[in-house]
Amino acid sequence: MIGGSLAVLAVAAALVLNAMRDSIVFFSTPSMAAEKHIPAGKRFRLGGLVQPGSLVRGDDLAVTFSVADGSATLPVSYNGILPDLFREGQGVVAEGALDGAGTFKADTVLAKHDETYMPKDVADALKKQGHWKDDYGAKPFAGPAKPVQGASK
Amino acid sequence: MIAETGHYALVLALALALIQSTVPLVGARRRDASLMNVARSTALAQLGFVGVSFTLLVMLHVTSDFSVANVFENSHSLKPLIYKITGVWGNHEGSMLLWVSILALFGGLVAAFGNNLPLSLRAHVLAVQAWIASAFYLFILITSNPFLRIANPPIEGRDLNPVLQDIGLAVHPPMLYLGYVGFSISFSFAVAALIEGRIDAAWARWVRPWTLVAWIFLTLGIAMGSYWAYYELGWGGWWFWDPVENASLMPWLAGTALLHSAVVMEKRDALKVWTILLSILAFSLSLLGTFLVRSGVLTSVHAFATDPTRGVFILLILCIFIGGSLSLYAWRASALKQGGLFAPISREGALVLNNLFLTTACATVFIGTLYPLALEVLTGDKISVGAPFFNLTFAPLFVAAMIAVPFGPLLAWKRGDLVAAAQRLTAAGIAALLAIAVLWAWTRGGATFAPLAIGLAVFVIAGALCDLAERTGLFRMPVAISVRRARGLPRSAWGSAFAHAGVGVALIGIVCETTWNSEYIATMKPDQVAKVAGYELKLDGITQRQGPNFREMIAQFSVSLDGRPLEVMTPSKRNFTTRGSSTTEAALLTRGASQLYISLGEAAADGGIAVRIYHKPLVLLIWFGPVLMAFGGMLSLSDRRLRVGAPKPAKAGRALQAAE
Repeated sequence: MIGGSLAVLAVAAALVLNAMRDSIVFFSTPSMAAEKHIPAGKRFRLGGLVQPGSLVRGDDLAVTFSVADGSATLPVSYNGILPDLFREGQGVVAEGALDGAGTFKADTVLAKHDETYMPKDVADALKKQGHWKDDYGAKPFAGPAKPVQGASK
Repeated sequence: MIAETGHYALVLALALALIQSTVPLVGARRRDASLMNVARSTALAQLGFVGVSFTLLVMLHVTSDFSVANVFENSHSLKPLIYKITGVWGNHEGSMLLWVSILALFGGLVAAFGNNLPLSLRAHVLAVQAWIASAFYLFILITSNPFLRIANPPIEGRDLNPVLQDIGLAVHPPMLYLGYVGFSISFSFAVAALIEGRIDAAWARWVRPWTLVAWIFLTLGIAMGSYWAYYELGWGGWWFWDPVENASLMPWLAGTALLHSAVVMEKRDALKVWTILLSILAFSLSLLGTFLVRSGVLTSVHAFATDPTRGVFILLILCIFIGGSLSLYAWRASALKQGGLFAPISREGALVLNNLFLTTACATVFIGTLYPLALEVLTGDKISVGAPFFNLTFAPLFVAAMIAVPFGPLLAWKRGDLVAAAQRLTAAGIAALLAIAVLWAWTRGGATFAPLAIGLAVFVIAGALCDLAERTGLFRMPVAISVRRARGLPRSAWGSAFAHAGVGVALIGIVCETTWNSEYIATMKPDQVAKVAGYELKLDGITQRQGPNFREMIAQFSVSLDGRPLEVMTPSKRNFTTRGSSTTEAALLTRGASQLYISLGEAAADGGIAVRIYHKPLVLLIWFGPVLMAFGGMLSLSDRRLRVGAPKPAKAGRALQAAE
């Protein structure tokens, strides 16, 4: 029985370590992405503010916008419906990878269902760089505080 | 005046809780019955005062008294009455008040119905309950007072977050809290047993129904929350592996393990120490969930960093209760006598295996949820652990557990026969293989994994039926005898069969939804037709409407199947002016257990509108499964042995067991 328990635990530990290696996604801001020279095709989460005036809607739900963190910007392209709270000048987190031309191809755009919400990663990054404004004041609330995804096609 | 009375009632509840947490303990030391009985009256009085306090907060919200900060920040005079009431717990302060009210309710129930408990056990249990209650009263009074006044009352409130203006808020948080807080009872019983250094089967008989109640509510609460997110957030997802959800899943896993180990302890007087540990863990994980959600570490560091009092306070509560109970466990557990030996292949062995899988699965969720936080604190690296991680860790463990589920109930206590159990499951195995073969042939070239998973689910469901057939002697004996046996079968046997089948049903829903989900995302103009999974959806037009506290854009779709018109669906997008935010109201068309789902995106300048249309086959089974599980739980709860068996375990138990 003890042997069986150990076997289950060992299997679980192996699963966890394996999953840790393959399925964890790191978070970067545009300037961190430039510093680290993230190779094209490697998935990561890009966070920052949507650059005001950068949102361009193309044909059939294709959009491009830029994500900025105060010292660098990165162009993002996305195909799908943006979440309700996607606004220019607001925080955003996009998941995807860089293509060869240096554009971030997002397959998921995340926002939270609260207009005062700032994704945690973005808030931290902005604060570190001195771009934090106190009126971003966020309040935790009960209920489905879940990320809302703009599903891609 | 109302706010001040509510505040004062809360202070009085704290005072009563402080008395309740000390006097009965002194009484137990001195074996003074009158001092021990203080626990009962204070617990009931405490419930009364918290009840008053909570009712007054509800009144403040209903009357839209904007001189109270909590009402101003979360309410609006035009809000429908139901949301004025549910808005009470749609915010931090109010939801903490609901939390302690439910805690007091459970304490009150033990006090009211615990007459047949040994006096000193009841005194200890209620004292431990009062420790928890005192900590949370202090938390509310010091850091999150819902009755705070504003010096210059504004005329209008800021309105409740639009996403929360939904019937889901009326049901989901109270259910979830009943589950979370319900585990405080088994926790208090465990700590009381450790303090007393005594534990027996009667103890388990007492703990099991309370755990079962908490588990039923938690199951329904999680399922309800998942369905709410599914229809409210507008992109058809029902589980996100979000830390907030994981926070509720962890106590559920630990609680499920506890339910099973408590059976072993009650029936066979074994696994005592483990059961105690699980009781502590289940409630500790509930506290951890409260911390994760309430301190704001997850939703925004900002809230935690600029107002650390709340987070630090809850963290302190967390450390004291979890650390304290685990230390007590380490110190006293060896004093509890072990009993009831059993062979590895036996009902007990199967339940141990179940516990092993559930707790390990719980541990992987724990790691996935807390690892990013720990890493960020230690190295500053930010990572996100999402669905892929849990699919690779949680899913395999769960699959292994599912394979074992049908065997458990067919093994005998003490020493079971695996081969005999396997023989009895032949029918279930054949059903599963048939399901796999049929699905394989039907979806040739499609997903290979889905038929296997559905086969597993069929195995679990058929296994539960086999177990019932075996117990009632169906097909082996005349029908009349089978029916008589079915009547005599303990309700808990029916209960576990339903609950196990529920897991299988939910699995079928999950697999079908994720594998054969079809979606259509595009910009549509009026009179354009979308084709999804054989359905034709024509966009008739877009209209505007004014709601009580929002403006609404409604799109009308005519749905037809094979040229036959079915129904009109009207998804909409609401814009809440006070908060300047919008919500997506998805439209659902239910056909059997499958659903057609439409949600709207932004309107384009040329008169078109972005739409998302999904066809989700058998998606309702995902929530029907948990409802079955909860129903099984309720059947178990109505078992005579649990209702009357506690004080005189031997007699009541034996009389009914003979029917097995």
